[in-house]
Amino acid sequence: MKMRGSDDRTFRIGTGVFAAVVLLIVLGIGFELTRQSLLSIQKFGFSFWTGKVWDPVSGEFGAQPFIWGTLYSSVLALIIATPISLGIAIFISELSPRMLRQPLTYLTELLAAIPSIVYGLWGIFVLVPLVRKLELATPGFLKGIPLFKGPPLGVGMLSAALILAIMVVPFTSSVAREILKNVPSNQREAAYALGATRWEAIKVAMGYGKSGIIGAVMLGFGRALGETMAVTMVIGNNPQVSTSLFAPQYTMAAVIANEFTEAADELYLHALIEIGLLLFIITIAVNGMSRLLIWSMKSRSRHVVPIAPVTPEAVAA
Amino acid sequence: MSYLARRKFISRVAETLCAVAVLLALLPLAFILFYVIRQGIGSMNWAFFTQMPKPVGEVGGGMANAIVGTLIIIGIAALFAVPVGCICGIHLAEYPDTKFSSMVRFAADVLNGVPSIVVGIFAYGLVVLPVKRFSAIAGGVALGLLMIPIVVRTTEELLRLVPSGLREGALALGATRGRAVMTVILPAALPGILTGILVALARVAGETAPLLFTAFNNRFWSTNITQPMASLTVQIFTYAISPYDDWHRQAWAGAFLLVMIILTLSIVARLAVRRLERMNRT
Repeated sequence: MKMRGSDDRTFRIGTGVFAAVVLLIVLGIGFELTRQSLLSIQKFGFSFWTGKVWDPVSGEFGAQPFIWGTLYSSVLALIIATPISLGIAIFISELSPRMLRQPLTYLTELLAAIPSIVYGLWGIFVLVPLVRKLELATPGFLKGIPLFKGPPLGVGMLSAALILAIMVVPFTSSVAREILKNVPSNQREAAYALGATRWEAIKVAMGYGKSGIIGAVMLGFGRALGETMAVTMVIGNNPQVSTSLFAPQYTMAAVIANEFTEAADELYLHALIEIGLLLFIITIAVNGMSRLLIWSMKSRSRHVVPIAPVTPEAVAA
Repeated sequence: MSYLARRKFISRVAETLCAVAVLLALLPLAFILFYVIRQGIGSMNWAFFTQMPKPVGEVGGGMANAIVGTLIIIGIAALFAVPVGCICGIHLAEYPDTKFSSMVRFAADVLNGVPSIVVGIFAYGLVVLPVKRFSAIAGGVALGLLMIPIVVRTTEELLRLVPSGLREGALALGATRGRAVMTVILPAALPGILTGILVALARVAGETAPLLFTAFNNRFWSTNITQPMASLTVQIFTYAISPYDDWHRQAWAGAFLLVMIILTLSIVARLAVRRLERMNRT
């Protein structure tokens, strides 16, 4: 008779090898991206991140405008998307009638299923003209503020931020909803028992799940940082550092998408891959943090011992 | 207003704002779907599916090569991503609490968040650079890498939905772990896992960025996987940023096709998962 234990060990190790592949992929991406960008890393060092000039013809590469564009567009998207996402999460998990819960969940998740290229197409032909109209209608006295400087082109930071916000909402809201679902109900019950209104009880639940909610917001931020096609199609692709919402700008992902196949010499290619490497490092850090926060919240709520309900039998005993 | 009345009022306002947030998210969804369907249906015709792209400036033609190209590329992706993802998912479901498993789970989640364009660069370095040629294989590798974390997590989740009684029963009858998984647990979850894989396929079929410099593009009919190959998404992108009206029309038709495939698959998947959950409850 075969030993059962050894069979089980083979199964465990056999499947484990495949599981290890996933770990290897993550390490492999980091290794490969570093290897392929060595030329640029050695030549420019730290000045790559601070340089403002991106001139492939003369071989001068500074990535600051792209880093700025990525961070600025993602932060703007986050400012728009976070309140909406949290509102959705609260509505679905705390306020909505039971019947509406499933359909609303499904509909908001549908936003995540629409491909980036479709957002981009819609962005070019529908959103950008709308934003242009909005920009044209900006009252004159606002024009002096740096935020609204520049000609009303339609394409630019505002369009990119709006489209990113729409794309980020489903991610943040679905995680935040999960978190709220994981908050033990005795938290809310205790709040109600102290005379809290519904909103005050929700605030207690949100406070309990704070770390998870921050994780949810960071997850959305990670998505926004790496989003490529839709942003490329509406941001205007002009490498400049500007705080203006109307100005066409550029992001890290967009410059890779646009210029990668045009990179004729090796240094140019390595510079683009170095941008990819930085994007990789930033998103890994943001996502890693976000996952840890979400997990810590979930495991904390799992350890709460539910209070036994008071039943007639219990009272009789 | 008394203190209590004010608190109640604030509560009401806040609750209303939450409902408004839902509307604010559903509005763009409806807006986008409306446009894709309106522009898409009008642009669809038989030629779109059967004809090749016409030369620049000529009206008409279709995306036959791009549709076939997308199918081939996601086929290559599935070929290696499905086995790796499924077996990895099985490992995570069978040994959920080991340190190794939580590391892998973490890696899968992180990989899921890595921008697809970065994964594209990785595939470029892995496949394109050594042979100095864009190819459908490279595109398939890029999409497969994006698929793996999705397949891993769906497989794991669905296997966990299988009633634990089934697993315990099989083990109690003397089955080894491998046998219990292969003959009892996996078959029970199979419909769900299959639809999960379809959803993952639909998800990566909508990817554009990683294909730009792996599979590249091809205006001609090609089924040679060592050569550059057209795909629906890259074709939509090329057409969308072109100045030609007829190309814009075809871009909308492509987007419509893509969205319809994804909608159908996600509805099928939802039904399958719901069935599994119901089975679990009884």
